[in-house]
Amino acid sequence: MQKFVQHSGVVVPLDRANVDTDMIIPKQFLKSIKRSGFGPNLFDEYRYLDEGEVGQDCSMRPLNTEFVLNQPRYKSCSILLARENFGCGSSREHAPWALDDFGIKVIIASSYAEIFYNNCLKNGLLPIVFQGEQLDKLFEEVEKEEGYQLTIDLENQQIIKPGGEQLDFEIDTFSKHCLLHGLDDISLTLQYSEAIKSYEARREQEAPWLFEEKK
Amino acid sequence: MAGKTLYDKLWDTHLVHQQEAGSDLIYIDLHLLHEVTSPQAFEGLRMVGRTPWRLGGNLATPDHNVPTTPQERSKGVEGIADPVSRIQIETLDDNCSQYGIVEFKMNDIRQGIVHVVGPEQGATLPGMTVVCGDSHTSTHGAFGALAHGIGTSEVEHVLATQCLLTNKMKNMLVRVDGRLSPGVTAKDVVLAIIGEIGTAGGTGYAIEFGGEVIRNLSMEGRMTICNMAIEAGARAGMVAVDQTTIDYVEGRPFAPGKEHWQRAVESWKQFISDDDAVFDRLIVLDGSAVIPQVTWGTSPEMVLPVDGNVPDPAEETDATRRQSIEHALVYMGLSANQPLTDILLDRVFIGSCTNGRIEDLREAAALVKGRKVASTVKQALVVPGSGLVKAQAEREGLDMVFREAGFEWREPGCSMCLAMNADKLGQGEHCASTSNRNFEGRQGFRGRTHLVSPLMAAAAAIEGHFVDVRTLMSQLQPDLAI
Repeated sequence: MQKFVQHSGVVVPLDRANVDTDMIIPKQFLKSIKRSGFGPNLFDEYRYLDEGEVGQDCSMRPLNTEFVLNQPRYKSCSILLARENFGCGSSREHAPWALDDFGIKVIIASSYAEIFYNNCLKNGLLPIVFQGEQLDKLFEEVEKEEGYQLTIDLENQQIIKPGGEQLDFEIDTFSKHCLLHGLDDISLTLQYSEAIKSYEARREQEAPWLFEEKK
Repeated sequence: MAGKTLYDKLWDTHLVHQQEAGSDLIYIDLHLLHEVTSPQAFEGLRMVGRTPWRLGGNLATPDHNVPTTPQERSKGVEGIADPVSRIQIETLDDNCSQYGIVEFKMNDIRQGIVHVVGPEQGATLPGMTVVCGDSHTSTHGAFGALAHGIGTSEVEHVLATQCLLTNKMKNMLVRVDGRLSPGVTAKDVVLAIIGEIGTAGGTGYAIEFGGEVIRNLSMEGRMTICNMAIEAGARAGMVAVDQTTIDYVEGRPFAPGKEHWQRAVESWKQFISDDDAVFDRLIVLDGSAVIPQVTWGTSPEMVLPVDGNVPDPAEETDATRRQSIEHALVYMGLSANQPLTDILLDRVFIGSCTNGRIEDLREAAALVKGRKVASTVKQALVVPGSGLVKAQAEREGLDMVFREAGFEWREPGCSMCLAMNADKLGQGEHCASTSNRNFEGRQGFRGRTHLVSPLMAAAAAIEGHFVDVRTLMSQLQPDLAI
């Protein structure tokens, strides 16, 4: 997994609640058997005026110029500002893959759907939970100032504003550790192979039917 | 010390290792796989030379992409017209055969929507942990199991370790008291619950559904309820084990055989919440007050009783919510205060992991029998949830009832629930759908989804617009009464 230590970038505001994963990456693009290449189809039904097809050259498609990601001022954005229940809906990891492929490295929202939140962490994306007036204020500042940038310092769990103001955020210790070091959590779990084996041995005694072969 | 909830017991039974920094390791009894969220996980295993930890803990079937027309289906995987879908299904077949994972392939009679197949085969059992790279895995919680969706990285993790790194959720009890009136189904109950707590109401919680209404539901009804726990924000929904659960499981192909049956039943009976268990949140709903539900907007929480009117954004005081309503009305092509029964339907879809089981088809068929789909409805589809559901329905003659009324009778798969195959809505079309999500574009580019029960979908097909199904049911012949 890619490491996440610190990131500075242009912020793009998506001022909507309940942004679902169908919106982030529509289903037709889930037919790919790869992890990459989803960026051009991020928010496909919002970015383009036509219906997107798999494998199409998106540079020729008609753009919805009103959608934030198409506005020139947000062209180089890498931090997405959003509202509550971001990433609700399906478990598709294609959603964080598409965000990452597009160039988004950090999301700041008041809340997330849990599966999406986990999926971000497994891909080196940082989903920050940030609520209330301070979030509203961020939306206001981004709207007001073209090229508005934030710096995210994961080690110190801080969002640093252009003027130097520091805002704290929470993240659980384990996820933070994995992000900072870009750890592969399968290797971490395999360190407990003996514990898994002894669990299985005990469980097979208690509930042998769980270990019968499927035929 | 306070008693334990069902979820606490499931968690404790499966805890392998508790880490100081958070994220505990829990054991997974059943990992279900399908073609969309697994290819990258298998590729990940292959890249570092890992193999599945325990083959017997996995079961696979293609469902999201499979075509549902008999013509396309009859030619096998090679005959799938969309080459991208074909590759994805072939990839699942190849991965399962390479590693030796049991798979019900596309034209195996046991194939179907993974959440229909698991319970039907007795692969899903009480007291289990069940995961799958699909958010509707919550369905399996109906068996007194801890079941939830995971992402592809987690699919890879479960394949490699048979465990999941996760955090314990909080406990919520949704208690539905009373008795449902005729014509009101599990789907209406769960839509009413979502309407009550919202699509993020269950975030961070495992929801246990209880109360008289839930106890009186069949296993299929309970699956419908748990299936949509995720639409209320809760990854996992569950129902305590009782005799209904045990009776459903008995005799299924993967259920414990005679040798272990009694012991299994005894152990399953513990998977109920203790009387003195403490829940972090309690929601109580009067089941007898629930009437058939229809979603009008682009989120499952945008739902109302069928006798209601489309909401007026002007009456909403919260700015974000007002904006959501305005946006949804534009997308759905509806106006404020319009009666829901005025909404005209272009298509009707009966199927999905929410409502593609035999009882769903029986209910809809009983209403449809002797009637015709309205001439204004372009297409009415019935897509059974599995090959076995389809075969059972055909034995009962339900396929003929649907066909005679003007419905199309299809092969099993996810179909128009998410429109990854050729079954989809055209731009601006309204669909009465028994599926689980009414998100923008979910059933097709700019398509407009209204979530309803199978009975309500059948009634909408007959009338061409939404109607309170109870008014049609009073005209039913007694032997068809539901």
